Amino acid sequence: MRFTKDHEWVQVDGEVATIGITAYAAEQLGDVVFVELPALGKTVKPSDGLAVVESVKAASDVYAPVGGEVTAANEALSGTPETVNQDPEGAGWFVKLKLADPAQVEALMDRNAYETFLGTL
Amino acid sequence: MVGFAGYDMPVQYPSGVLKEHLWTRAHAGAFDVSHMGPAFLTLNAPSGDDEADHRALAALVEPLVCGDIAGLKPGQIRYTLLLNEDGGLIDDLMIARAGWPGGGLYIVVNAATKDGDFALIEAATAGEASLTRADDGGLIAIQGPQAALVMAEILPGAAALGFMQTARLDHDGAPLIVSRSGYTGEDGFEILVPAALAEAFWTRLLADERVWPIGLGARDSLRLEAGLPLYGHDADETVSPIEAGLDFAVSKRRLKALDFPGAARIAAERAGDLARVRVGVKVLEGAPAREGAQIADTAGAVVGQVTSGGFSPSLGAPIAMGFVPPALAEPGTALSVLVRGKAQAAQVTALPFVPHRYVRKP
Repeated sequence: MRFTKDHEWVQVDGEVATIGITAYAAEQLGDVVFVELPALGKTVKPSDGLAVVESVKAASDVYAPVGGEVTAANEALSGTPETVNQDPEGAGWFVKLKLADPAQVEALMDRNAYETFLGTL
Repeated sequence: MVGFAGYDMPVQYPSGVLKEHLWTRAHAGAFDVSHMGPAFLTLNAPSGDDEADHRALAALVEPLVCGDIAGLKPGQIRYTLLLNEDGGLIDDLMIARAGWPGGGLYIVVNAATKDGDFALIEAATAGEASLTRADDGGLIAIQGPQAALVMAEILPGAAALGFMQTARLDHDGAPLIVSRSGYTGEDGFEILVPAALAEAFWTRLLADERVWPIGLGARDSLRLEAGLPLYGHDADETVSPIEAGLDFAVSKRRLKALDFPGAARIAAERAGDLARVRVGVKVLEGAPAREGAQIADTAGAVVGQVTSGGFSPSLGAPIAMGFVPPALAEPGTALSVLVRGKAQAAQVTALPFVPHRYVRKP
């Protein structure tokens, strides 16, 4: 699993990247009450807006850590957005992308680097 | 922690907004609202006749507000509005007639507006009365269905108060001003505590397992569910009491006499000449519609704007308040809210969203 400074995670399986927000992000957001997911087939570049996560407190953008085409969105979150708090790096995933350029994943932080980064916040 | 009107305020405590909110509705929540503006207004030369002195004080203050201050009974609190010459809201505030000798009027205004409010009151009463700010102390609210049970153990006199009544009660040898009031829709109290005792009083409240500390986040969602306007969001200097849906705060006597700022506009609005009115809106699908989101009619024309909005923990759904033309203000009217460019179905709903549970004395 790879991570961004905006607290998204990416898990690659072949040419498909699954994307979500980290446990740290979920904790900071507080109780998630709504997740807005992109339409299937949408193409994004790195740093494009990918989803919006709404907690009781506020709305926050989730950015695409890597580029690609949206092939799946976690529709279960529409009924149970609290999954994002309960299992942010598992069942609380947001989107699957067909990777445009697998090399973009390599540029992201690994878990050690991300945890070091968290220590600086 | 976030900055709020010059104070550092916690958005939430470790349990989080959702749990804090639901705990307050089920048990009791404690709120540190010391940033607000409590003050006392007393006559410089009281006659000693309590009724005459109250009428004299009321006559000084009434030209600033649309409420009936003269008619307050000892210990009675009134929610009222400071108005500008156009009938727009300068602030909403509480004015109480102190029930203790020489107490004058006990006034509590909002944090962000307090310097301006106090300057207005001082200018209007100069030479006749003196305003003594009390915002150097602690102002602590306890709200929720178990608030009265908790308070009965700490301050036995508090439970005898009816809703919107205030009293001075001794606690550990110090005078506390205890009001049965609040801004969550629940029964509860707001207690003015001298600074030296504030921390101990807060700690004593939280020592009761029925009481959780509640941050700004849940404070906002509780008052939103209760349909109560937040000054600076749901009301400002352009909004009249009638537009804000605060008709109850305009005294019938004062409206007949037209003796408050902007009375002509407010009388005309009461008679039907009204451009917009604050309503409750249930968002039937999609994301919460927050402050600034546009409101559209079923044809897609923008008709208003959300002034407060978020997720209602009690209802498990997004709710909002905003302004629409009176023709679209009937509960049940279909509307939409525009969130990030997407129209989401919504419906006008009677306020409050969650019924008030203020204590009613027989």
